[in-house]
Amino acid sequence: MGTHLPSTEFDGTAVDDQREADAEAVMGEPAAQMVQLLGPDGKLGTDPVFSAYADKLTQEDLRGLYADMAAIRRFDVEATALQRQGQLALWVPLTGQEAAQIGSGRASQPQDYIFPTYREHGVALTRNVDLAELLRQFRGVSNGGWNPKDTNFHLYTLVLAAQTLHAVGYAMGIQRDQKLAAASDAAGRQPDAAVIAYFGDGASSEGDVHESMVFASSYKAPVVFFCQNNHWAISVPTNVQTRVPLSNRAKGYGFPGIRVDGNDVIAVHAVTEWALEHARQGNGPVLIEAFTYRVGAHTTADDPTKYRPSTEEDAWRAKDPLTRLEKYLRGQDLADDDFFAKVKADGDELAAYVRRTAHDLENPDIRQAFANVYAQAHPLVAEELAWFEEYSAGFAGGEESAGQAAKAGH
Amino acid sequence: MTTMTIAKAINEGLRATLAANPKSLLMGEDIGPLGGVYRVTDGLIGEFGPDRVVDTPLAESGIIGTAIGLALRGYSPVCEIQFDGFVFPGFNQITTQLAKMHARSHGNLTVPVVIRIPYGGGIGSVEHHSESPEALFAHTAGLRIITPSNPHDAYWMIQQAVECQDPVIIFEPKRRYWLKGDVDVQTPGPSEDPFKAHVLREGTDATVVAYGPLVPVALAAANAAAEDGRSVEVIDLRSISPIDFDTVTASVQKTGRLIVAHEAPTFGGIGGEIAARISERAFHSLEAPVIRVGGFHMPYPVAKVEEDYLPDIDRILEALDRALSY
Ligand SMILES: Cc1ncc(C[n+]2csc(CCOP(=O)(O)OP(=O)(O)O)c2C)c(N)n1
Repeated sequence: MGTHLPSTEFDGTAVDDQREADAEAVMGEPAAQMVQLLGPDGKLGTDPVFSAYADKLTQEDLRGLYADMAAIRRFDVEATALQRQGQLALWVPLTGQEAAQIGSGRASQPQDYIFPTYREHGVALTRNVDLAELLRQFRGVSNGGWNPKDTNFHLYTLVLAAQTLHAVGYAMGIQRDQKLAAASDAAGRQPDAAVIAYFGDGASSEGDVHESMVFASSYKAPVVFFCQNNHWAISVPTNVQTRVPLSNRAKGYGFPGIRVDGNDVIAVHAVTEWALEHARQGNGPVLIEAFTYRVGAHTTADDPTKYRPSTEEDAWRAKDPLTRLEKYLRGQDLADDDFFAKVKADGDELAAYVRRTAHDLENPDIRQAFANVYAQAHPLVAEELAWFEEYSAGFAGGEESAGQAAKAGH
Repeated sequence: MTTMTIAKAINEGLRATLAANPKSLLMGEDIGPLGGVYRVTDGLIGEFGPDRVVDTPLAESGIIGTAIGLALRGYSPVCEIQFDGFVFPGFNQITTQLAKMHARSHGNLTVPVVIRIPYGGGIGSVEHHSESPEALFAHTAGLRIITPSNPHDAYWMIQQAVECQDPVIIFEPKRRYWLKGDVDVQTPGPSEDPFKAHVLREGTDATVVAYGPLVPVALAAANAAAEDGRSVEVIDLRSISPIDFDTVTASVQKTGRLIVAHEAPTFGGIGGEIAARISERAFHSLEAPVIRVGGFHMPYPVAKVEEDYLPDIDRILEALDRALSY
């Protein structure tokens, strides 16, 4: 991978230094150097491999990355407020992880397929998922909410790490599609595609992540594993999950592992673009560890003051991904006050849209649930639906009675 | 019409599927050059190559989970789990992911994954090689579960499972793999619908419902009962989810007595579900309580005593005596 820019940000000051020194002592293995291009001071450094990718970003792209990060942060604030007002059952905030998500999502191409966990709202934005639809699951009107086929952005997965295997299988399908297309003379051949599997540092301990990496490596599947190491799995710190930098694990599976400053949207974009190209070109998987931080709570049901000092949070706020890009854009005269005012106005508009739409999300009819248990007709489902219809009809008042029947259960 | 074993019939069924459907593929441990530990996939890698007959890493969750991804990409994977007791590392993927993908996507996604599991005892094996965990899967909505008891069904069911747009688990009665029978490879005939039960033997005094490995036992018990002048109807359930209650109900309405036999532990098993449904559906036809014949509530016992564990002809006849004594 060549050598990377010495970090201007983490040397000596990173809260994780002790844990890394620990790991080094345990494993006798140096921590992977972290790729960083844009420092917290807003200055752009160089990297022998990845600067070439950063150089491809136009001024428009850079402003777009900022606008996306600002939009998703605004969305996050709005969704948190909606939860507080009882409009959502739960919210999973992403503040602090905007660069990791927007940078990686924007590096993907439309033909790529994305498997998120449950916090990838920023990636969803880059895939043009209607953000109001993202709220369906949290409002309790759906276990999904959007059609993955429209955007190649899969449904959220709540069982940790399960989707990493789906991602590898999907990537194996892409390989087979390529062979079938080649065999059938390649008329109308699709562009090469890759898959990204998102997961967290906590999920990295699950067996499925291990199995997915074994499969991906064995078959050289075109998949990029994108681990957002936000330092906490609910209340448990990363050093309970691993004694080595997570990116180092890739070596054991036989593919490249890169640790990138996850608060540096330019570096994340560059590294992900490199990894996707690597995968699309048939060179097999890549693991990216985006070194970032969950600034707020794990979910709205959680209280971080119980398990971590606020100083840690403050230290990371100083590395904020938005502030850093704003400094760069202003420093390079790529954006002015008008631009930032416009971004803010757009954010407010998005928030208003989401608020309006969330309120309007209709409660489903439980008959829809009967309809989708199986793809093909199923006598037991038909029998139970018939029972339900008859039972509901026994109540006066239509709609309401169906709800009561649903509560009564069968 | 040709004669073959159940193992060979599944092999031929898989061959027909791979030939007909370029998007179908097999995945599992040792299914390539070895042909699987039961040789069910024998010779297929030579014909179809390693992209269609995939020797996977040793990882059940990996097999099922990647099969889900392949299905999402438009493929029809057929996974082999080496033995019943080893499906559990893949249980999470089957029950939390595979079974629910269609529902949670509002019908937008289908995952036509087939999982083949050799199951049941009677082969004198070591632990985890003789279990019948079908009820654990039948309880999960979104899965379909079938089990062939003869070569003709085996040949067609595997192909029908691959064609089905829902996930299908095929429990293959491993102690019957070498059972021979006629297979009509031209037409499935009455086996067209894999989710329908078959009345294998008509009778008037009682009905015995069995599936998979116990079907030959149930038939033998009915023959023995006939010598005592009792007319026993035998139903091969074939599908464990959904269960064809119409066929069972019609039979009980005729005979008035029902015995359900399976190898799995009686408690919490499929037999209990059948007993409950039939007492709801045919209460007034029943002359006796539905009697279940099954395994005991214990881990599958060591091989030297499995004969005492497995329901046999005598246990079914004893149940029949009890039913007729009401
Ligand atoms: C299999 C499983 N076990 C437990 C949980 C409960 N749980 C939800 S989130 C979480 C922590 C996940 O941490 P991490 O993977 O680091 O992701 P993050 O939420 O920090 O982005 C846990 C334990 C779960 N969803 N799935």
